[in-house]
Amino acid sequence: MFYIRLILLNILIINAGLLFAGEVHEFTLNNGLQLIVKEDHRAPVVVSQVWYKVGSSYEMAGKTGLSHMLEHMMFKGTKNYPLGEFSRIMSINGASENAFTSYDYTVYYQMLEKSRLPLSFEMEADRMRNLILTKEEFLKERKVVTEERRVRTEDKPTRRTYEHFLATAYQTSPYQNPIIGWMNDIESYNLADLEQWYQYWYAPNNAIVIVVGDVKAQSVLELAQQHFGILPSLEVAKVANRPEIEQLGSKRLNIQLPAKVPYLVMGYKVPALNTVDKIDYWEIAALDVISYLLDGGKSARFSKNLVRGQEIAVNASAGYDPFSRLTDLFTFRATPTQSHTVIELETALREQVQQLQTTLVEKSELERIKNKIRASQIYEMDSLFYQAIKIGMLEAIGLNWQLFDQYVASIKLVTAEQVQTVANKYLIDKNLTIATLEPQALNQTQSTSGVTE
Amino acid sequence: MKNQIILLLLLSNVSFSVVAIPTIQHWQTQTGASVYFVPAPDLPMIDIEITFDAGNARDGDKLGIADLTNDLLNEGAGDYTVDEIAETLENIGAELSFSVSHDRATISLRSLTEENLLQPAVNMLAILLAQANFNSTAFNRVKQQMIVALEYQQQSPATIAKKAFYKAIFTSHPYANLKSGTLESIQALTYEDVQAFYKNYYVAKNMTIAMVGAINRKQAEQLAEKISVKLPAGEKAMLLPAVAALTQAQEIHIDYPSTQTHILIGQPGLARGEADYFVLYVGNYILGGSGLVSQLSQEVREKRGLSYSTYSYFFPRRVAGPFIVSAKTRNKQAEQAIEVVMETLVKFVKNGPTETELNEAKQSITGGFPLRIAENSNIIAYLSIIGFYNLPLDYLHKFNDKIEAVTLEMIKKAFKTKLHLDKLVTVTVGKKIIQNDN
Repeated sequence: MFYIRLILLNILIINAGLLFAGEVHEFTLNNGLQLIVKEDHRAPVVVSQVWYKVGSSYEMAGKTGLSHMLEHMMFKGTKNYPLGEFSRIMSINGASENAFTSYDYTVYYQMLEKSRLPLSFEMEADRMRNLILTKEEFLKERKVVTEERRVRTEDKPTRRTYEHFLATAYQTSPYQNPIIGWMNDIESYNLADLEQWYQYWYAPNNAIVIVVGDVKAQSVLELAQQHFGILPSLEVAKVANRPEIEQLGSKRLNIQLPAKVPYLVMGYKVPALNTVDKIDYWEIAALDVISYLLDGGKSARFSKNLVRGQEIAVNASAGYDPFSRLTDLFTFRATPTQSHTVIELETALREQVQQLQTTLVEKSELERIKNKIRASQIYEMDSLFYQAIKIGMLEAIGLNWQLFDQYVASIKLVTAEQVQTVANKYLIDKNLTIATLEPQALNQTQSTSGVTE
Repeated sequence: MKNQIILLLLLSNVSFSVVAIPTIQHWQTQTGASVYFVPAPDLPMIDIEITFDAGNARDGDKLGIADLTNDLLNEGAGDYTVDEIAETLENIGAELSFSVSHDRATISLRSLTEENLLQPAVNMLAILLAQANFNSTAFNRVKQQMIVALEYQQQSPATIAKKAFYKAIFTSHPYANLKSGTLESIQALTYEDVQAFYKNYYVAKNMTIAMVGAINRKQAEQLAEKISVKLPAGEKAMLLPAVAALTQAQEIHIDYPSTQTHILIGQPGLARGEADYFVLYVGNYILGGSGLVSQLSQEVREKRGLSYSTYSYFFPRRVAGPFIVSAKTRNKQAEQAIEVVMETLVKFVKNGPTETELNEAKQSITGGFPLRIAENSNIIAYLSIIGFYNLPLDYLHKFNDKIEAVTLEMIKKAFKTKLHLDKLVTVTVGKKIIQNDN
């Protein structure tokens, strides 16, 4: 019931080796449903996730946010489990459960004591095909979603700046639209749109079930056959091909909103694993290395040079998602200190890019990144949820989960020359969009009744 | 704030016969630090969480000093510059983080357990704790960052509401202030202030060391000594004053150009270790602590579509922490949302939950217990809390029994005793819209 975009990629990326060292089991049921099981016997619990290959980047103009709205409606009941029952039954079974929508997928998940996995499968299989959508619940839940949009975006100047930044950076790509949808669209799509969206995408042959925990793969397979296996395979819609057209020069926008603190966002169009040929995977790994060089910790360049050093930024971050389905953005987000302007900050960030283009990175910096990745691969094993996410985020965009392994290995092979090459190829003005938040007056007045003292 | 809520929930469930509940090992170091340890041999990693009784409730009249001091620990220590500290730790894949809440100042280290990685990580941790040097470059820079953070708070209606709410329910108590201080107080902080705060509170007797990881008892003892041996023994921080009960109801509205009104309703609530803790926990779980199935969510969100998230919680602290009911809704629905929240709250305090609600809540809490201690990150959070607040070492083992023991009568009585509905504080932040009948 919340949406996130997995821009946690700096964290998520780091997990291959060990994750895939062990017991991952992959099955495909007769109806096309994919089942992936990873055994982790540390505690008597299990994480169960159902991934649907549909997200906001599948939506068309005027209907943005439909995937996320449907995610909300999936909790509204079936014939077997009427309104309210899903959450109530999960609750009395001690489950921790939720769902999220992203650009490229929609995910429903529970964490449960291991003996309750059948309950998860039964109820997920049920709502995969038997959802009852009523007008009454739809109208009410739409109000909830507009409140969600208000709390997440409307009243947050930095979030709105970022939303407008994406809408400007992308010309034709569906990544130009917010996952939750534009307010106009949320207020105008109808029950028939939702019904159609559900029929288009919610089928066993468009779903991946991922289970991580204290289970035996073979019994999970039997359980899946029992619950998901009985659903018929259906014709699933095809996602429209809407590639981003070539950008022909830099773009700039200035956002004026009531706020207090200026804010800067920069983004360069870059490829992802899914958008390049195998032979070019090193480019993706090298871009990833750049995100670590700039923002991989307190010793990384942004923190060392911009926050400390020049003392020009209060904070500065770099973001890159090698696992997006479509062409993506390599982003910087930063807040200037009070003694500097956003323009000066932009110049400082560009200097950091320039340095990557002109000067080979130090061996010690590359070495540090490799050590960091190695440690994170182990730390990530502590979380069942993330172990499942790491599998799903590749499979849901059509990549094999095992690619993760190879990819992380390839990060460790990136050379200083390769870093320089991709910096010169992609981090250039032609691919750049810049957004600034220029704060406008923001007033507040307090009134109190029933005053003490 | 979000983390605090999670912590509360996390600490509130337990017991299940099939689960291996970790046995907590406890001892003191030579300099007087309290250690809490659980071995976790499955992954070659360790979590170490150091807690000082040095949260922002210790700010006194130097608001912001607790946060500033904590922030500065890794900005230079011993012979190491800030860059050297960061590089040393990141070269070996260690992760270090810092945080301050009203009660606690925390330093967390995550490291691999290979000797050649763990030892340098712990050595550095020990140096930061005992030999932070608070150089003037870092001091001025971090102060500037805090000032921008305060400006930033002014564009967040959620923070504006929280600030006003704490001020109103805690009045002159140290809990009335946020850790961020005020523009004036931050500007006035001096190098000597930080030195004095550090000397007073970052001492062994005021320190709790929690450890979960792939080491044995002997290694744990050595690590704990290493971490604490350079610190002066010092003294435990003095008791915080008791929180006074409110004497009358209060409504505060802050007019603000947001599309939503942020609503906070509440009063002082509960201290850690209080006898009614489990009773109030279970009661609140039903009222507003169990996500979509809670009464508040059902009434405000599920039945009426008024809000994306509505919840209530007791946040237990060293002395009475806040009881908070929260909702956010578009401005023109604010009055209606408050009405629904109040109706639900009043009814709950008056009648308590139903038998079915209580049974389902118990099933939910006890059935979910294995999830709460499934990962090292869960266990370290428990250890820290149990250690810092001197909760019994068998806290986890007894938890489900305590949940099961809660009755309808106990909930009714505890809510009536604890909450005074005629003295609630209501804070609203948003654009006030006067409703006509329509």
